[in-house]
Amino acid sequence: MQLPSSDEIIDDLAFFDDWEQRYQYIIDLGKSIPGLPEDAKTPERLVKGCQSSVWLVESYDGSKINFDVDSDAVIVQGLLALVLAAYNNKTPSDILAFDIDGYFEALDLERHITPTRGNGLRAIVGKIQELAKANA
Amino acid sequence: MSLDVAALRAQFPILSKTVDGKPLVYLDNAATTQKPQAVIDALVDFYTGTNANVHRGAHHLSDEATRRYENARTSVAKFINATVREEVIWTAGTTEAINIVANGVGQLLSEGDEVMVTELEHHANLVTWQQACRRAGATLNIVPIFDSGELDVDAFDRLLSENTKMVAFPHVSNALGTVNPIKLLTQKAKAVGAWVLVDGAQGIAHGGVDVQDIGCDFYAFSGHKLFGPTGIGCLWGKKDVLETWPVWQVGGEMIKDVTYHEATWGALPNRLEAGTPNIAGAIGMGAAVDWFSGLDVKALHEHEQKLLAYATQQAEALEGMRIIGTAPNKVGVLSFALDGAHPADIGFILDRQGVAIRTGDNCAQPLMKRLGVPGTARASFSIYNTLEEVDSLFAALKKAKMMLA
Repeated sequence: MQLPSSDEIIDDLAFFDDWEQRYQYIIDLGKSIPGLPEDAKTPERLVKGCQSSVWLVESYDGSKINFDVDSDAVIVQGLLALVLAAYNNKTPSDILAFDIDGYFEALDLERHITPTRGNGLRAIVGKIQELAKANA
Repeated sequence: MSLDVAALRAQFPILSKTVDGKPLVYLDNAATTQKPQAVIDALVDFYTGTNANVHRGAHHLSDEATRRYENARTSVAKFINATVREEVIWTAGTTEAINIVANGVGQLLSEGDEVMVTELEHHANLVTWQQACRRAGATLNIVPIFDSGELDVDAFDRLLSENTKMVAFPHVSNALGTVNPIKLLTQKAKAVGAWVLVDGAQGIAHGGVDVQDIGCDFYAFSGHKLFGPTGIGCLWGKKDVLETWPVWQVGGEMIKDVTYHEATWGALPNRLEAGTPNIAGAIGMGAAVDWFSGLDVKALHEHEQKLLAYATQQAEALEGMRIIGTAPNKVGVLSFALDGAHPADIGFILDRQGVAIRTGDNCAQPLMKRLGVPGTARASFSIYNTLEEVDSLFAALKKAKMMLA
């Protein structure tokens, strides 16, 4: 399934007026992305938060970077889907130009991406930006 | 006498806070407890009217600051029934307190010597000994637990030998709430001549700690888990042990005479307290201890057990919920797993409903591995929690279960 764009997600989430619907949307979004096969979840790909684990696999075709992610927690997986909507299949310069903090603020989810949250989300974003820099 | 919980709660300004429009239900007390107004006032008063460095000024403020700072030490000494107040060493917290002892053990032990800890340890009482053993070439033995989270005392006996030089164990497990038979374990370890450290991080807030009665050599705890400030804690040690223990940090305050090439160490407690101390923190911790000492410990204990029993009963009735840690003797800690729900997801959904719990490995990765779980969700109760808050927890959990199904 095609993930909505980051702008579409901002619109979709603004439509809900209660948190349960918003979280349900995020959970469903997480379920819509393919995740990773078990054998791809290697320790080298593991980005460990102390609350949940996330794995990141990237491939670069010379112009765009493709990311696959997985998490053992469904809300984290949903938050990762939000991150992918912003970053997946984008050029390194697009990735570096994207204002991820502004995006999470627009989603009213900025508390989930603070460095102090142990969910690994900030670490994933850092890794994606690092990969973009290396390929820029 | 039963506890007036409403009056107690009124002393904690933070408990009337709302989160996302919902009343805060604070059930993360094993991570840190909230602070009563008496402690907040002590900190504000110190910086407003008394701030000065201690033990050195030739002026009124310094005398006043030193007096309050040392009175706090006396309060803590009385609180744990230390023999003399010099046995109370200020530290940054439990972790630093254990590091002081482990640092000494790393220097005093040699190959063939053994150190013993348990499977229950949080990282502060594991990594410290693990690294001390590596430095000394000593062996680290791990006392197993049963699946309930209760310590296997027979295995403790089997692992003890004349080679055992140091034994460290938690008073109370942070992840599971198990209360260990610390007096019995201490007696056994002392019988083979080992030093004994009790990690009191989770034990201290439940009151009734008497270090002389326990018979251990060291008892370590933090102020912030005892309604006091963060960044302050205490290492209590027997005077004759601390007097000759390898010094920890070196520098000002802890010395007696200094030349450019030599130094001699001062007397207790200074010899283990280098540099300008956390003066405000110590005064805040003293205030916390004074405040807590004014409460009826028996009533607090009964209240906490009532909360635990009520929560346990609801947990057992909730389909798909499994309690992790079912030792017969527990403090108010409910660690659990919910079928099909990752602890982090439970945490997210509870947080949105104003319920604060801990999720994850509980800073005890080897223990999580031993129990075969990636982590747990943990609700931990304190004296100011109510039965209504336990109801809020379970209402929030039922919602989480529905959303994550």
